[in-house]
Amino acid sequence: MAYPLTHRQYYEGLKAGKLLGLKCGKCGAITAPPKINCLQCNGADLEVVELSGQAEIKTFTVVRVPPEGMTAPYVVALAELAEGPWLMGNLEVADPGAVTMDIIGRKVTVGHKVVPADLYSAGEGVAVTFSICGSPPPSGREAVKKMIC
Amino acid sequence: MRKVAVVGVGMTKFGPSEKTQVEMFAEAALEAIDGSNIETRDIQALFVGNALGGFVEGQFNIAPLLASELGLSADTPSNRFEGACASGSVAIRDAFMLVAAGYHDLVLVGGTERCTVMGTPMATRTFAMASDSRYEEFNGITFPGVFAMVAHLYSQKYGIPLKKLKERMAMVAVKNHKNGTMNPLAHFQKEITVETVLKGFMVADPLQLLDCCPFSDGAAAIVLASEEVAKKLTDKPVYIRGVGQGSAGPLYRQKDLTVPAARVAAAKQAYGMAGVKPSDIDVVELHDCFTIAEIVASEALGLFEYGTGSEAVERGESQIGGRVAINPSGGLKAKGHPIGATGVAQAYEIVKQLRGECGARQVKGAKLGLTDTLGGDLATMVNIIYGI
Ligand SMILES: [Zn+2]
Repeated sequence: MAYPLTHRQYYEGLKAGKLLGLKCGKCGAITAPPKINCLQCNGADLEVVELSGQAEIKTFTVVRVPPEGMTAPYVVALAELAEGPWLMGNLEVADPGAVTMDIIGRKVTVGHKVVPADLYSAGEGVAVTFSICGSPPPSGREAVKKMIC
Repeated sequence: MRKVAVVGVGMTKFGPSEKTQVEMFAEAALEAIDGSNIETRDIQALFVGNALGGFVEGQFNIAPLLASELGLSADTPSNRFEGACASGSVAIRDAFMLVAAGYHDLVLVGGTERCTVMGTPMATRTFAMASDSRYEEFNGITFPGVFAMVAHLYSQKYGIPLKKLKERMAMVAVKNHKNGTMNPLAHFQKEITVETVLKGFMVADPLQLLDCCPFSDGAAAIVLASEEVAKKLTDKPVYIRGVGQGSAGPLYRQKDLTVPAARVAAAKQAYGMAGVKPSDIDVVELHDCFTIAEIVASEALGLFEYGTGSEAVERGESQIGGRVAINPSGGLKAKGHPIGATGVAQAYEIVKQLRGECGARQVKGAKLGLTDTLGGDLATMVNIIYGI
């Protein structure tokens, strides 16, 4: 059975400023990032939809000891989309080292950044980013939705 | 299904080692074989947990090399199991099933791993390879980072202020380091204090250096036998009473990381097979890769109520002599974490405890022991219950 939305199509969507997901024709649940079937009911009747890109931070960390090839500090967070699924992303803030638990519950918008290939990454990657609603993203980054939260 | 017993165990010292993965495994394996009162050629199959061999030594397919090193015959199947940090326990469970099913009578199960030679940046990268490569690794998530997110979620969910939670997490490290001083094979042999933990450098907020287990080298091995064979070999067989294994997806799909679904499922299988309750367990070796990991695991295993695991540490309930001794070996935190070997080293400790051979760290009168091993992002969970 073919994927309704492949990994490649999902990240090309992010690069074009669209957060794509799958809406289940059987139970109505939204699946994102994409999967071959519905994350709720395993149903395969899935329609590609554009999601709001609005989310809320559920938890986070400031990575200070990075893996080979990355520069710390940076914030990794899990956020819950308005449509239900959670995404992992990097919180885009001017001073990542100063982020505390106050960030939990804050509204964010989903953006993206392109991560260059390394030896073990099977080519370039596209990573989700989160920008705090009401504060503009740092220069060079663009939120998918322009602060509509 | 036949009853299955552990008849012999072996383990190297954990910590930095100049030996190869094959050498470490062979030393642990021969100790286990000698202790089982069998000859090497009696082994009918070899199962080994090994996760990072391809990156550390450029070595895939290590299992037949181990068989050859030990001198096993050409008709001995040998398999490598990879379940990240749970690799060794995945191997034990599969070996158990084949002996229980009557397919083999004597199986050597072990694990071997080298981590220290990679250095911190590359070791951090390879450990992170157990996360979702499509939707997590490009964010630079690290293994400490995963459990750091668990800690923040836990603090938020149960309304335990982070400062309080961090003190109790530090008490997990203090307890396990103290236990480690009584284990001559442990990576760390030094007691620490809550103050030392809280002064360490930050690895991934809120986890500081001593909230994290070390990168270690080492190997461990056990010999499994059918009941009939075991009774001929030893008067101290330790039986595998129950096993369980569960699976879960990437972190973003699991959502509430404080109640790992794969562990809840694995523990239920193991308790069910053994016909015992969490309160029946005397001694536990569980996956304390980070201090918060021990607290979360102790709850999902049913040893403490959800949200009370950190208080239980503060009250000393998980010390040797407490309500249920958790990680008397020092755990991953102080004994060390050569990842493919970890599950087998947990089995080593529980078997020694149930035989009453643990000296200063002996849990008095221990009759029922539990191991808990986690692989990847709370993704592979294995629980095994041992009894005499
Ligand atoms: Zn559905």
